[in-house]
Amino acid sequence: MRDAAVQHSYLDDGRTLRSWLLTTDHKRIAILYIVAITFFFFAGGFAAFLIRYNLISPKGLIGSAETYNRLFSMHGILMVWFFLVPAVPVTLGNFLVPLMLGARDLAFPRLNLLSWYLFMAAGVVALYAVVGGGVDTGWTFYTPLTSFYSQGHVIAAVVAIFIAGFSSIATGLNFIVTIHKLRAPGMTWYKMPVFLWSLYATSVILVLATPVLAMTLLLLAFERIFGIGVFDPAIGGDPLLFQHLFWFYSHPAVYVMILPGFGVISEIIPAFSRKELFGYKFVVWASIAIAVIGFLVWGHHMFVAGTSLYSALVFSLLSYMVAAPSAIKVFNWIATMHKGYIRFDAPMLYAIGFIGLFTTGGLTGLFLAALAADVHLTQTYFVVAHFHYVMVGGMVSAYFAGLHFWWPKMTGHMYPEMWGRAGAIIIFVGFNLTFFPQFLLGYLGMPRRYFAYPQHFEALNLLSSAGALILAVGYILPLGYLTWSLLYGERASANPWGATGLEWTTASPPPTENFAVTPIVTQAPYQYRQAEAVNHE
Amino acid sequence: MNFYVPSATVDGREIDFLILALSLVSCAVLALVFGLILLYMVRYRAESGVYRGAPGRKTWRFEISWTVATLAVFFALFIWGGDLYVRLFQPPADALQIYVVGKQWMWKVEHQGGQHEINALHIPINRPIQLVMTSEDVIHDFSVPAFRIKHDVLPGRYESIWFEAKTPGTFELFCTQLCGVGHYSMTGEVVVMSQPDFENWLSGGAPAGEREDLAAAGKELFTAHGCSGCHGEGGVGGTPATTGVNAPALAGLLGRSVKLQSGATVTADEKFIRDCILTPDKTPIAGYPQIMPSFSGQISEEKVLRLIAYIKSLKSGSRT
Ligand code: HEC
Ligand code: HEM
Ligand SMILES: [Cu+2]
Ligand SMILES: [Cu+2]
Repeated sequence: MRDAAVQHSYLDDGRTLRSWLLTTDHKRIAILYIVAITFFFFAGGFAAFLIRYNLISPKGLIGSAETYNRLFSMHGILMVWFFLVPAVPVTLGNFLVPLMLGARDLAFPRLNLLSWYLFMAAGVVALYAVVGGGVDTGWTFYTPLTSFYSQGHVIAAVVAIFIAGFSSIATGLNFIVTIHKLRAPGMTWYKMPVFLWSLYATSVILVLATPVLAMTLLLLAFERIFGIGVFDPAIGGDPLLFQHLFWFYSHPAVYVMILPGFGVISEIIPAFSRKELFGYKFVVWASIAIAVIGFLVWGHHMFVAGTSLYSALVFSLLSYMVAAPSAIKVFNWIATMHKGYIRFDAPMLYAIGFIGLFTTGGLTGLFLAALAADVHLTQTYFVVAHFHYVMVGGMVSAYFAGLHFWWPKMTGHMYPEMWGRAGAIIIFVGFNLTFFPQFLLGYLGMPRRYFAYPQHFEALNLLSSAGALILAVGYILPLGYLTWSLLYGERASANPWGATGLEWTTASPPPTENFAVTPIVTQAPYQYRQAEAVNHE
Repeated sequence: MNFYVPSATVDGREIDFLILALSLVSCAVLALVFGLILLYMVRYRAESGVYRGAPGRKTWRFEISWTVATLAVFFALFIWGGDLYVRLFQPPADALQIYVVGKQWMWKVEHQGGQHEINALHIPINRPIQLVMTSEDVIHDFSVPAFRIKHDVLPGRYESIWFEAKTPGTFELFCTQLCGVGHYSMTGEVVVMSQPDFENWLSGGAPAGEREDLAAAGKELFTAHGCSGCHGEGGVGGTPATTGVNAPALAGLLGRSVKLQSGATVTADEKFIRDCILTPDKTPIAGYPQIMPSFSGQISEEKVLRLIAYIKSLKSGSRT
């Protein structure tokens, strides 16, 4: 198994474009997805760059408020539905679910390919909406602004998200069935790596919540096209109804964006601490608890929207309940490092960055869940900073951590380690410089989604824009050295990190059929201590 | 640049305390998290030969203790934030009411005395002020950071906030709900003045007596739009004998419970009166014919506010 290069890998299984576009191999589909979401990440990132450029000056530098509104709407829509929601599940998830389970492929390989095509179709429609001029409603599409007052390609944007939703549902279904049905002999539920549990919880949310988004968007389109009064009070609708439906999807969706990240981190911390994951069952059930309670907190986005005081109290309490399992996870990861043999390769640096940034983001969630504090902080840059800490500082770091960790497995090449570490550190520094000032801006009252702003907010905005420049360098760097490693990177062995998990028992890159013989699982996951004890003897 | 602007209201100062407490809790947790990570990174780095001992077995004790500790802190924060919030949104009975109408992209303010302002709100110091707010088009949000207060302003509804300013001065007013291209320009100022200055300002435009107050303006509309043709002069109610149709008396309507044809009973508040004027078919009153025409599209939100002020001013049984 040592010499992976000689073995016939999934990458050698046809080199034509056709062999890629018609493949039903989960590993190849994962690669197709990586290419697609990388494109959307940089497209959305470009919009973010222009937003930060505009805000360098209090008067706005890009000259038009209309352009500015279209930029942040495009940024939000692309980043949420075309990068963050799919990011880990469709790339690392697609690649690893069968490998970690000891299976040949997902349960429905053709459905998997279909979901990629749906995603691409959605992407094309979204790009059409963007190139055609975009939308100016924000990613939240609040009514009645979106119903009748907004110009632009609202319908195209809505259709794009609608289609992308079906891609999510297909992926979710596929994972659920696969995890139930295709576990290798001996792989009981509690022998599964936490990454799989996280994806399981994520998939359940995707399958239950996405249809609600689809219906909401359909109603919105009906109202806009046919003038049927659903959300606009001028024609008999209820403006708050939209917000309820939207957040009923979108709050669970924020956990779709973070749970897979929790999974990635739960693999990496034990691997680089050479120690069993602390509190495996607690970490697992925390994911499930988040998935369940996450459905009951949507009202915390509406504390000043005009709902009843009592419902606000209930939603506040439930929001605190959903934060508790996240806190439990953080404590468990740190406890895992305790008495370990810690190594600092790039995946671990990203993972440590994740813990710090996610904790900061989560703690500021507590500010927003405290009702009276939310009244002051909501709709300001404080909220913007909060969700960027969890989604960008948290999730994007987790994605990068996972990408570096499994890169040798996926490509058969090592990335250059020094560059990897430099990237992780630059991203951490740039991120904090970009987003920490926004907490202060929000507390001082700077509203979000403003094209121009009062003079006295200038200094902090300047700082934030400077940070964005560093962050941009941090994100472009991996694009460069990871691509480089495909051609020149050192050959990877089957298990370069000495990690546990079935995916590391097969060659790097794995053969098309994954395992020559179906593995039989006898051990719990993360049995690092024994290996280490031997090494140190 | 100012990094801290003290709140100009009492409740605002309490909110600042809450935010301070949250910040302290966060700093403590962050110090713990970063501290432990850094400590372990140094102490347990792979190269370090420090003795690790046998791995601990019983994890659940730790799990239970940090879960309970977390929940206890969370619960305290919930109670504090919730209690303050409920007080924040319950206006005292003696608050001075001022009407606010948002539209793309400006704020229109109507004082009881009939004074109008645009993108500005003048208020007296040390006096509870209640804003009754509605929108002519999309959702806006009335936000005064120095007061630590904000609330969405919805079309078709009256939302209200209140505050009592303790510091004189001029404060920023923002719209904080995305409302279209001009969202960023929907700003203004709130001017807090001493009571005498405020009186002065109120009488500033026209000498007293020449300016109509809101209720008087509403009375004119009541005749001009033909309301009196059915509801009678002074809203005393119509009968076939007096006005030719049966129409309910409007005097003393606010706060009265009204029986609808569906059998349900509702308490007449501002929103109910607004709906009766703009969409009477949605609020059919028991015992009356459904003949009142809809005035939607003919009477602006500001005029509706004046009509409401007029109807409020009518005392039961009195004629004005
Ligand atoms: C054609 C006659 C007519 C005109 C004109 C008319 N109304 Fe009415 N109004 C009625 C009748 C009849 C009802 C009771 C049945 C219903 O709810 O439609 C009513 C109900 C109301 C009510 C609810 C009263 C209650 O007891 O709950 C209000 C408030 C009201 N009208 C205000 C107005 C105002 C303000 C105008 C002028 C802009 C106006 N109406 C014009 C006939 C009229
Ligand atoms: C740890 C517990 C968390 C709590 C208690 C929490 C709480 C909140 C609250 C109360 C709001 C509403 C703020 C407002 O609009 O006034 C909010 C907004 C938001 N949160 Fe969190 N949050 C938590 C974690 C997360 C996570 C993990 C994510 C995503 C990965 C996330 C993403 C968001 C987003 C995207 C918004 C704002 C959406 C918008 O208005 O555009 N949050 N959070
Ligand atoms: Cu939420
Ligand atoms: Cu606005």
